[in-house]
Amino acid sequence: MEKILMKGNEAIGAAAINAGCLYYYGYPITPQSELLEYMAVNLPKAGGVFLQSESELAGISMVYGTAATGKRVMTSSSSPGFSLMQEGLSYMASAGLPAVVVDISRGGPGLGRITPSQSDYFQATKGGGHGDYRLLVFAPASVQEMSSLTALAFELADKYRMPALILGDGIVAQMMEPVEIQETAVMNEAGEKDWAATGNANGKQHLVLSAPFTDPELITLNQNLSNKYRLIKEREPRIEEFMSDDAEILIVAYGIVSRFSKAAIRTLRAEKIKVGLIRPITLFPFPEKAIEKKSATAKAFLVVEMSEGQMIEDVRLAVNGKTPVYWFGGGGGKLTPPDMIIAKVKEIVNGSECK
Amino acid sequence: MSVNFTKSLLINEEPYAYCPGCSHGIVHRLLAETVDELAIKERCVGVSSIGCSVRCWKFIDLDFVQGAHGRGLAVATGIKRAQPDKIVFTYQGDGDLIAIGMGETVHAAARGENVTVIFVNNTVFGATGGQLAPTTLIGQKTVTYPEGRDEQVIGKPIRMAELLATLDTTKYVARVSLDSPANIRQAKNAMKKSFRMQLENKGFSFVEFLAACPSNLKLTPVDAMKWIKDKMIAYYPLGEFKKLEGI
Repeated sequence: MEKILMKGNEAIGAAAINAGCLYYYGYPITPQSELLEYMAVNLPKAGGVFLQSESELAGISMVYGTAATGKRVMTSSSSPGFSLMQEGLSYMASAGLPAVVVDISRGGPGLGRITPSQSDYFQATKGGGHGDYRLLVFAPASVQEMSSLTALAFELADKYRMPALILGDGIVAQMMEPVEIQETAVMNEAGEKDWAATGNANGKQHLVLSAPFTDPELITLNQNLSNKYRLIKEREPRIEEFMSDDAEILIVAYGIVSRFSKAAIRTLRAEKIKVGLIRPITLFPFPEKAIEKKSATAKAFLVVEMSEGQMIEDVRLAVNGKTPVYWFGGGGGKLTPPDMIIAKVKEIVNGSECK
Repeated sequence: MSVNFTKSLLINEEPYAYCPGCSHGIVHRLLAETVDELAIKERCVGVSSIGCSVRCWKFIDLDFVQGAHGRGLAVATGIKRAQPDKIVFTYQGDGDLIAIGMGETVHAAARGENVTVIFVNNTVFGATGGQLAPTTLIGQKTVTYPEGRDEQVIGKPIRMAELLATLDTTKYVARVSLDSPANIRQAKNAMKKSFRMQLENKGFSFVEFLAACPSNLKLTPVDAMKWIKDKMIAYYPLGEFKKLEGI
């Protein structure tokens, strides 16, 4: 298939339409507005519905409504707007509604600024809203992955009946790269979503409910959600490994930071320093088994992230004290370029770094 | 002996969870009869909101989607845009529709969404124990303003029907009362018109029902009906504020 030069934001939109998503609700916010604008132009052409909502609170509830009809639907935002969506996401997790949500995160807290950041990691991977729930979370590192992981997000959201999140940042969303929009399986909605609220015909009342109210049912709902998440943790973790086979120091980085890390690793390998990369592609489920396995052979882990230290908590849980876990990064728009990663690895090698 | 009245088959055998004298039972019946008479059961999708009527899906045998508090009309927008052939309505109270949901309500109305709003105004937050609502009358005592609503402290009650009627995109806006058999007949008429508006793709339709909450008003069911007649209607005049000819 031919490759097209696209921005990351646009690649998400193209992949979504290609996956049969014909409904999009969203509110403008930088640095994701290109996706909103792409959908505004291209969804009507595809016979779909684009609607600019009055807020992210309303937008995610529109997504909730369309998802309740069994149709593939999407919204997107950036950090402050993503915060407003937590209400709807918690309701959707409870109601078992599939949808794809995009957070092109920016520096926070509060209004923050539009610089690239990975500071929404906790919010994205630990539920984000109230109650015991998780989202499927995908972390693309390239424009190609903005496309392919969007397609996968729709597929798994339908499969597990839960919202899926594409967690990007301003770099991967704004930069242009060649991308191939792959063919995607479009689920047979009528056949497979017999729970959808399409009208009470043939004596079957469809109820899309966010909560039962009595004790045994709500406890059961929570147990069912936990069982689903356990299954997802077993089946769905995805990683990329880079020069990791003989690595003594393993960098763990996701999204665009993984590419800074690869550049650093190439330079360090030329200097005979055995360093490699584990890149989580899914942040929930977190690839804890892959990291745990490596903790038997690696001498140290280095978590690099554009936040004040969020993913490091999951890496430490996976390593469980077997190996030192170091950290490098920063929030608020601080970048982690290769030369700084190289310097950090060298500090670890020569023993001047405290963990 | 002839049968002059039977319960709609859309009303389930499930006992109502509402307090004695609560108006939700009447509104449920009017909704069921309307759906029956228009023969639209297979096409209806309702949005139940948060409040006493949160479980109306248990009593009315229609498809329901339960939205978050206040987001009913955003949820309804998502349902209707995805299934324009379905008849979509929200069932909302004053806390849901006006307090927390004013933004969603006004914007859905301004977009002219082709949906029907059933708004039950009983002047209090019923489910949470009788706190002040945006529609609580001046002087009316609530658990959060036990001395009564004071305009200087928290302003005046919102007349939602009149407010929505100012928007060009609302096509049917009415306020009805449930305090007497005659007014209930009028209420039924308005309910049916609002659904017929949607059936004919005319746009946003809205019916406000003046309703009783005897438990929180601390009145008997009979006195609560009298309170609607004497107090509520004086502030919330009945009538059709917007209508199209021929519907």
